[in-house]
Amino acid sequence: MDTALIESVVSIAIRAGTSVMFAALGGILTERSGVLNLGVEGMMLAGALAGFAGTYYSGSLLVGLLLAIIIGALFALLHAFWCVTLAGNQVASGLALVILGTGLADFLGQRIGPGGTPLVGMVSVSFPRTPLPLLSSIPVIGPAVFNQDALTYLLYLLIPLAWFYLFRTQAGIHLRAVGENPRAADALGVNVAAVRYGHTIVGGALIALGGAHLSLAYTPGWSADISGGRGWIAIAMIIFSMWNPLRAVVGAILFGGVTAIQFRMQVAGSSIPTYFLNMLPYVVTIVALVLVNQRRSLAGHSGIPSALGTAYHRE
Amino acid sequence: MSCPVNRLQIMKLTLERKRSRSSAATLIALLLSVLAALIAGGALLLIVGANPLQAYGEMFRGAFGDDFALTQTLLKATPLLFTGLSVTLALRSGFWNIGAEGQLLMGAFAATGIALFWTDSLPTFLVIPAVIIAGFVGGALWGLLSAALKVWLGVNEIVTTLMLNYIAIEWIEFLYFSAWRNPRGFGFPGTAEFPREAWLPPLSGRLHIGFAIALIACVLVWLLLARTKWGYELRVMGASLPAARYSGIRLIRNMLLVVMISGGIAGLAGMSEVAGISHRLQNGLAVGYGYTGLIVAFLARLNPLSAIVSAIFLAGLTVGSEQLQLTMNLPASFALILQGTILLLVVAGEVLTHYRIRLLLPQRRQASWTQPSSNQ
Repeated sequence: MDTALIESVVSIAIRAGTSVMFAALGGILTERSGVLNLGVEGMMLAGALAGFAGTYYSGSLLVGLLLAIIIGALFALLHAFWCVTLAGNQVASGLALVILGTGLADFLGQRIGPGGTPLVGMVSVSFPRTPLPLLSSIPVIGPAVFNQDALTYLLYLLIPLAWFYLFRTQAGIHLRAVGENPRAADALGVNVAAVRYGHTIVGGALIALGGAHLSLAYTPGWSADISGGRGWIAIAMIIFSMWNPLRAVVGAILFGGVTAIQFRMQVAGSSIPTYFLNMLPYVVTIVALVLVNQRRSLAGHSGIPSALGTAYHRE
Repeated sequence: MSCPVNRLQIMKLTLERKRSRSSAATLIALLLSVLAALIAGGALLLIVGANPLQAYGEMFRGAFGDDFALTQTLLKATPLLFTGLSVTLALRSGFWNIGAEGQLLMGAFAATGIALFWTDSLPTFLVIPAVIIAGFVGGALWGLLSAALKVWLGVNEIVTTLMLNYIAIEWIEFLYFSAWRNPRGFGFPGTAEFPREAWLPPLSGRLHIGFAIALIACVLVWLLLARTKWGYELRVMGASLPAARYSGIRLIRNMLLVVMISGGIAGLAGMSEVAGISHRLQNGLAVGYGYTGLIVAFLARLNPLSAIVSAIFLAGLTVGSEQLQLTMNLPASFALILQGTILLLVVAGEVLTHYRIRLLLPQRRQASWTQPSSNQ
């Protein structure tokens, strides 16, 4: 393969993987606290709409991102209230958020354009690719990795930060303790409910940013099917990563890589019908989960937070 | 742990777990959930400048107002009954089937295959049974994939059933846009129309026997779960997989079988849509019946008979919202908003009917210093 091809595939892979990685990162933070969030797809859609609408009306990408963060946090707050305070069924609450988020995004997307018209087809500012000085001139890696948009660069910072937070700080230890054994964490004086609320909300904001990356950078504009199941792929990535942000990068690049290859094959006029190429990310996700599970059963643990999906009652 | 805020508190609400709950309380909680969702939806309508009372009036007329509307609602309830039942049966046995959508599509695919290519070579009286069985088998095998991945490879079924939905969507698009596209369809994306013999016969008017099959399936699943030994095993599995393992239940065999049946029932939804309504495989089949099935199941509290009521209600919401789009130009996704809100509130109601809300009144001053450190 010539270097130009590698550059282009890696570049597209990162670009396509960004939204999934944001969502996976948000999901990992949430689930490390023991709260299962299946609402990712709905929260991404809500974030995508909020980001686009905010930017469209203010002309400022920052306002759009802020609105996406707020909407994502609100959805997550709702989920946390249901899962932590009410101790309701977390799977059902997450699925309800998917349906609610999908419905709200579609409904409002058709109503909040200028004068009550649809937002579909409207154009606003979007994140351009900004080559980083010096770094982007490194051969091969430079054009592929350091010629991306600002949100992807933000992700480059957030991933190691999240890893450091989870595994090298006191707060990270508390977080993991709450996800593994809330009773023990409580006995040590950790406020279980506060930790769960906090991380679910921060996680929701990150998930919504993933959605905003779609509508403000990857495929600028709004359409109701903009996320196309990426929220669910993010959930698969979380399991695949064994709740570790660094391993999730592998999953996101894999997903992005499949998208990139699919794109290249279409450009090259491959004889395989596009429908089969479109199946690839989902097939690869299933295969990846199977492989990880095989390795995991050899290693004897899956990395799943032991208290995931269960409410904590202080008796 | 005591903190200064506690002392300022005048009274406190606590939740206490109750041993059992009355079915009246459950019913009231469900009705309140639906009512609260309608109020929340009304608030949204106000925000976008529509009159909620007029909108709900339109929805009701569109869904239940006359014979035409009622038929439309029952037609819409048919796939929802199948998918709701599919989710119910799997979940009662401990399997989260989020893949009814994909199983529906694969059922439609198999039924279409039989209707298009086998009708001529089968005796006429066998065509309809063959189409129905094909629909069941198509969904069952698609469901079996996820079940096999779960029981043998330990892969989470929520993710696999969902991924398989997206794969199924691409597959049937391939069929009606490309492989099976009607050559004489004037560019219309769909297969050729099924031969007459493969159309599901009418029940009354436009309502086809798919609706009757769905009702029968509800009763059969209810009988299975409530009245048979195997159903009892399934319910033990649903309550606790480890408990089922210790009591010697054959988990793997049961799980594979029950998910196949669950997938098969979802497949019947796809079969009844193509053989009962469109009479061809075409665009517009993957509209979320599988996901709405989850709400049907939850609203019915996983009872196969109650699912009949909740499916008709949710079908009414959908048909009513389509009416809303026509008459008031409001997006039909309003139905999704109501459905999501209802599901959330039903989950909350589930919790609250399990608990008694108790009001703790402040202790009198004297009492509080005679028991100084009993602050909770």
